[in-house]
Amino acid sequence: MSASAPARHDGPPADYLSESTVKSWLLTVDHKRIGILYLISVTTFFFVGGVIAGLMRLELMTPRGDVLGSADTYNRMFTMHGVIMIFFFLVPAIPAVLGNFLLPIMIGARDLAFPKINLMSWYVYMIGGLMGVYILLHGGIDTGWTFYTPFSSMYSNTQVVTAALAVFITGFSSILTGLNFVVTVHTMRAPGMTWFRMPLFVWSHYATALIMVLGTPVLAISVVLVGLERFFGVGVFDPKLGGDPILFQHLFWFYSHPAVYIMVLPGFAVVSEIIPCFARRPIFGYRFVAFASVAIAIFGFLVWGHHMFVSGQSMYAGAVFSILSFLVAIPSAIKVFNWTATLYKGSIKFDTPMLYALGFMGLFTIGGLTGLMLASLAIDVHVHDTYFIVAHFHYIMVGGTVMAYLGGIHFWWPKMTGRMYSDLWGKLSALLVFVGFNLTFFPQFLLGYLGMPRRYFEYRPEFQVLNVMSTAGATVLAVGMVVPVIYLLLSLRGPKNAGPNPWNATGLEWQIESPPTTHNFHEPVLVTCEPYLYSPEEAEREYAHAQHDHVA
Amino acid sequence: MSELHQSSEAHEQSHHVIAVKTYVMIYWVLMALLLATVLASDMPLGGAHLLVAMTIALIKAILIVLFFMHVYYSAPLTWVTAVGSFLWVGLLLGFLLSDYFTRGWLHILGK
Amino acid sequence: MHTPSTTTSPESGRQLLLHHFDDLEQQHLSSNLGMWFFLVSEVMFFSGLIAAYTVYRAWSPEAFHLASRHMDKWLGFFNTWVLLTSSLTMALAVRCSQVGDRRGIVRNLFLTLVFGTAFLGVKATEYRTEINHNLFPGKHFIVPGSPEDPHAHAAEGSHEGGEGHEGAAAHASDYERLREASTVDGKLDEEKFSRNKGHFQLMFVLYFFMTGVHAFHMIAGLALVALFIVLTQIKWFSGYGQTQIEVLGLYWHFVDVVWVFLYPLLYLIE
Ligand SMILES: [Cu+2]
Repeated sequence: MSASAPARHDGPPADYLSESTVKSWLLTVDHKRIGILYLISVTTFFFVGGVIAGLMRLELMTPRGDVLGSADTYNRMFTMHGVIMIFFFLVPAIPAVLGNFLLPIMIGARDLAFPKINLMSWYVYMIGGLMGVYILLHGGIDTGWTFYTPFSSMYSNTQVVTAALAVFITGFSSILTGLNFVVTVHTMRAPGMTWFRMPLFVWSHYATALIMVLGTPVLAISVVLVGLERFFGVGVFDPKLGGDPILFQHLFWFYSHPAVYIMVLPGFAVVSEIIPCFARRPIFGYRFVAFASVAIAIFGFLVWGHHMFVSGQSMYAGAVFSILSFLVAIPSAIKVFNWTATLYKGSIKFDTPMLYALGFMGLFTIGGLTGLMLASLAIDVHVHDTYFIVAHFHYIMVGGTVMAYLGGIHFWWPKMTGRMYSDLWGKLSALLVFVGFNLTFFPQFLLGYLGMPRRYFEYRPEFQVLNVMSTAGATVLAVGMVVPVIYLLLSLRGPKNAGPNPWNATGLEWQIESPPTTHNFHEPVLVTCEPYLYSPEEAEREYAHAQHDHVA
Repeated sequence: MSELHQSSEAHEQSHHVIAVKTYVMIYWVLMALLLATVLASDMPLGGAHLLVAMTIALIKAILIVLFFMHVYYSAPLTWVTAVGSFLWVGLLLGFLLSDYFTRGWLHILGK
Repeated sequence: MHTPSTTTSPESGRQLLLHHFDDLEQQHLSSNLGMWFFLVSEVMFFSGLIAAYTVYRAWSPEAFHLASRHMDKWLGFFNTWVLLTSSLTMALAVRCSQVGDRRGIVRNLFLTLVFGTAFLGVKATEYRTEINHNLFPGKHFIVPGSPEDPHAHAAEGSHEGGEGHEGAAAHASDYERLREASTVDGKLDEEKFSRNKGHFQLMFVLYFFMTGVHAFHMIAGLALVALFIVLTQIKWFSGYGQTQIEVLGLYWHFVDVVWVFLYPLLYLIE
């Protein structure tokens, strides 16, 4: 802290939300406000992508293509769904919203290391996002979110170049966020905040940020090459001119497999905070969970070829990638086991965030285990490009990341806004999401196993029952997604009743006001203890006390 | 170093001022290597050309990184960053080539 | 927590502390580290191109060798020299900022600017020559000596004068030599021939793209150097700008390192 003691403002300092002009929002460099800007933008994109998914499920209710009219429209639908959900929602979702808001507070800093770059990353994201909207309104793109060559580079006559540019630009915002996080964790920790006193949220985000910095540029170059190829027809991916389309897949998956961890590591981050809090126990095996994050970030780069088993990649490389893919499951499993062990003998409370966290554990485990099935060469050849794959990655992305995102929003909503929401509605919608999700995607495992290929708008009549189930589930899921928006927004009309620590949680963010003041802390922060100092005995006493009060 | 000091990294990062003489010396070594790489390209080295050229380039790069970019005098973190980025390029190339060089080992079309 | 910024007094070289940092050390370290991690992502950006280069060169070494002969290795030599020199002056500028020599900063940055511009000038003339010889990839690309080449044979040999040591073979056109490289047991392998021609062009794709991206980085760097000269002159920086100039220096040296690899990879393929 600076030696020259600052003169205090008169009265209590205003919280970070108090200024409300448009300018104060658009020019803010406060990490919390930028987090809110991201919250609004990524959630909007989530619903845009969700509406498209809804249309696709509607189309798939019947075996004939009768809703969207043409296969071509359907192609554009699933591509736009993928592009929007992955690049504009899943990748930035948790890091840019919750990470931005919480990471500096959790390590006792006043802001990220580069507040202006943080704001810039939001603007860059918005430019990419607006281009996404432009593409959507101007015919979309039909290559699938993977932009596979040579279709994307030679044949598709949709907005490929614009999409490539949009992805390139959005990637930049991701790099800037990652850079900011890495540097912040290294240099901005408060006195006493050693590496092993950092919450696991910070460890996971650190690992995520590493992937963002190391992987995203390779995605950028691969989409630039596609754009180049389309403009000049120079043959980088054109076999006739000696180019190799598979090279694109290599470069693309060098980013896009690690990108799965960009999406799910922040989910781990959120769950690692929620589980100890609502089990009232310190996290089991803190160091293992922390190192598992970094291990995932590193090993995640060694397995990209498992997306290319049937692509013409050499069999030997396929075998190597297959074995490495099995290995990368180890750190993920370590995390799941440690959370489970944390729950053991805990004094578990089933508040809304906890419901999401438990849902995450179950669904992510299913997604992960089916991932192991897909990592074995023989099974993958059988179910490649079927709905089995679709179900698998939705269990990771929706069952994992989206559940964690919702859980995190519900956990920190009182901190971000100072208000509590209706617990009843919260639990109800968590239940809806869980049931709706499983109803939507579990049938897809069966469909895929039975051989229904992905990315077709018509299918054989015998698949209809399962498809109708899936569509019905999607409806429930949609309701479960809309309900939280309503009650969370309604909660904003109420008074700031949450208090600094409604969950009785540990962590620096719970020791300051809700909502926090602009500079987060009033006094110099000094950290003297480990995170997650929860005590089940104390929780039990409190519980008995509460019961007593009820009886009295 | 006391645990209370978060910025232990900060203190190892000295503002080491390198002598002009060192800079100039490194510069002349770089010049010599540059000349070596051009001359080597005209020598009958056969298949070793690429190896020689890349070795010289690597030495040049290391000199620039160590001295012009001050890594030699920097905190371990900077070392890790610099080495790590080279390592990651190697990783990409290594796994990529492990595919291309093993294609056709099995006599299955397309594998 | 409000931390009023330490008032800056340019003459004494005191530095400004942004409110979210605790001390200057932390502030300096953050900027430095931020640039390092930015450079890591830059390295990965180039590595995608290097990957494409490696794959295709391993595939058709002959095509890459022939294409590389069209790059003037002595111009490349000159440019490498210029760029390494600019790195020296940049390093000296950083040193001047550390010891508080404002005139030294301006002088060295100016030299960097001059060398950097010279590099781009030479690069531009190289591009022009190559484009004039129909070596720019795309519709107008012509493999020298191929039936479409309007001045086949006439132009050959005169440009490649520097390659005399290759003996008689040097007089054969690229087209003929690619054809030769695609001949197996006296029979022309059409598929291989068209791949070789494709890779011959691909080498130019990679050449223009890599050097183009590199030149873009140079232009960005030069703009910053020019800006920093002005900012140093008007004493805009807090202190002597040691943090900012050091960070710019890191960027500049990185661009130099990229070229150190590009030069042998593009100009010196035997
Ligand atoms: Cu993968």
